[in-house]
Amino acid sequence: MALLQISEPGESSAPHQHRLAAGIDLGTTNSLVASVRSGKAETLPDDSGRVLLPSIVYMGNEQRLVGQEAQKFQSDDPLNTLSSIKRLMGRDIEDISQLGNILPYEFISDEIQTVPRIKTATGPISAVEVSAEILKDLTERAEQTLGGTLDGVVITVPAYFDDAQRQATRDAATLAGLNVYRLLNEPTAAAVAYGLDQQHDGVIAVYDLGGGTFDISILRLNKGIFEVLATGGDSALGGDDIDHALGEWILEEAHFEKLDVVLSRRILIAARAAKEALTTRNRTELSINYAGQHWQGCLTIEQFRLIAKPIIKKTLTPCRRVLRDANIDIDHISQVVMVGGSTRVPLVAEMVKSFFKREPMNDLDPDQVVAIGAAIQADVLCGNSSDGKMLLLDVLPLSLGIETMGGLSEKIISRNTPIPVAKAQEFTTFKNGQTSMSIHVIQGERELISDCRSLARFELRGFPPMVAGAARIRVTYQVDADGLMTVSAEELTSGVTADIVVKPSYGLTDTEIGSMLKASMEFAKEDIDSRMLKEQQVEAKRVIEAVDSALASDGDSLLGEAELNNILLHRNNLEQQIELSTSDNLKQLIKAVEVASENYVAKRMNSSVVNALAGKQVDEVNL
Amino acid sequence: MAIQLTEIAAQRVQNFLKSRGKGIGLRLGVKTTGCSGMAYVIEFVDELDDSDTVFETNGVKVVVDPKSLIFLDGTQVDFSKEGLNEGFQFINPNAKDACGCGESFTV
Repeated sequence: MALLQISEPGESSAPHQHRLAAGIDLGTTNSLVASVRSGKAETLPDDSGRVLLPSIVYMGNEQRLVGQEAQKFQSDDPLNTLSSIKRLMGRDIEDISQLGNILPYEFISDEIQTVPRIKTATGPISAVEVSAEILKDLTERAEQTLGGTLDGVVITVPAYFDDAQRQATRDAATLAGLNVYRLLNEPTAAAVAYGLDQQHDGVIAVYDLGGGTFDISILRLNKGIFEVLATGGDSALGGDDIDHALGEWILEEAHFEKLDVVLSRRILIAARAAKEALTTRNRTELSINYAGQHWQGCLTIEQFRLIAKPIIKKTLTPCRRVLRDANIDIDHISQVVMVGGSTRVPLVAEMVKSFFKREPMNDLDPDQVVAIGAAIQADVLCGNSSDGKMLLLDVLPLSLGIETMGGLSEKIISRNTPIPVAKAQEFTTFKNGQTSMSIHVIQGERELISDCRSLARFELRGFPPMVAGAARIRVTYQVDADGLMTVSAEELTSGVTADIVVKPSYGLTDTEIGSMLKASMEFAKEDIDSRMLKEQQVEAKRVIEAVDSALASDGDSLLGEAELNNILLHRNNLEQQIELSTSDNLKQLIKAVEVASENYVAKRMNSSVVNALAGKQVDEVNL
Repeated sequence: MAIQLTEIAAQRVQNFLKSRGKGIGLRLGVKTTGCSGMAYVIEFVDELDDSDTVFETNGVKVVVDPKSLIFLDGTQVDFSKEGLNEGFQFINPNAKDACGCGESFTV
């Protein structure tokens, strides 16, 4: 017997026509899946009632485990237990080495595979594949809960994710067999969960304090479009830092004789429990028993506040910075949305309130709010809900540009342009006779291309040689609703076109740029050679054609057999060599035809002069 | 003539109505579609039609149009769970046969 859900009035779908859609929050620490059922967006728990799936994949002993099952191996087999993989999405090996030693994994990267892979007991795996495993687990949960195959999903990504990171997220979804309706910015999803997209225009601050990361985003809602005005944060600041500070306090209080890994872990667990207890109470008891060492203590809310305050205060610096970046006065912020488990700490809400001078919104579960917003958007996008809900538009997070002479960036689509969007700009050739143009697609706000991220390169080749500045090359940038782009180029006078779907180059390093520049110079020589050959081939064809048409008109009357055969010999020789010979050789063969024909050409001139003068008086000829 | 919601189903409906923020009750009905001839309709109600019949069951207003009422008389609607999946279920004495998934039925 089917289990039915309540529809909106008049929107009951025919049997087997329900479209199931879900929203997925693919997080650094935890991931969630949510869906709208009977008009209500809810996160979907697994069969043990747990909503949060730790974003951890275990890759040891010929098995792949995801979530809580994988987490068990974290302390015993850290090298095969992959966590915080989101930090690696869309990153190349250089980017990863810049992340420092926060991740213990060993990376493999060869020349063909620019995507770095992590070495594990079950073989190398990329960040995209790890994310796909997490997505598969969540999809399975959603399909079991909703009783059918998912038509599509909305996946959230941080507002600061660039095109490479978004593409990597989308690739992970494809790998997991999912149809992605849209990638949605996390702060935008949080705002949607609170229904802010249904309200009047205004500026919204989204304060997202998770376990290990802090993000602050300033959004502007303008006629149903969320613009990201500025984003900021600290990728190494979160609730875990409060746990560590509390742990240090415990160490000071307890005077343990000797400290080992297990005791440190016990202390952190106790610290976290105390932090959680103090969200609802004013004091809490702590006790630690380990290897004959015993400690019991009491932590009051006042002490906790003293310990936690410096850490929470650190979040306010990025807040100030984004307000300055967005050029927004604090008084103009109309709503503050709280996201992330650490915002449950009352002191966080209090300090955010006094900073932004308004009561933050925190009625919804801060761990689930992003997934819920994604689910609401997925429901609208799959067509289940049309009840006056606006289709949410997102904006481009970073400007897209093209490299122009001198390594400068010329912006074609500027940041915060609502997407989907297509914009075109015309460029021209730099050199006389230029027949190809290299198009370098970059993303970023800086003026020098070396400071921006390289997304793709391709060439528009084979348009006819023209004087510098005569060619009209229209370059069109198109960004679809997911923030993914296609670039096309057309030389307007000849109609030669080229296009590319941007598969990000995962960030180029200086040395790579250097070697690419060198390569392009080598290519330049090759290009010149091949162009000269093309030019000689064209010339040879022209000569053959001229000879043929001349012989056809007066070859028999003007030429003796020997002379005719000599010309034909050289002509045929040239024709045979056109596709086979080098440009220098072709030049000589052309010369040979010309030499052989010299006498014939002279005779033709004479004969045409004779023809022209036949039957005319001397005074009729205009000399 | 009567249509009933079980207590747990009624509770669910009330929760959904509350989170939706508007609506006066639950519309139950049938429409002629699907692989076995008819399919159930289960919707929120914002406006009543003059011809509608309204039943009050476990604190929830159940609204049925006259055509559907013939096929739904005596039906009990329950809310149940199957594994992770959960939803409303029609226990209809008029239904003679249903398709494999139970989304449509024959009288």
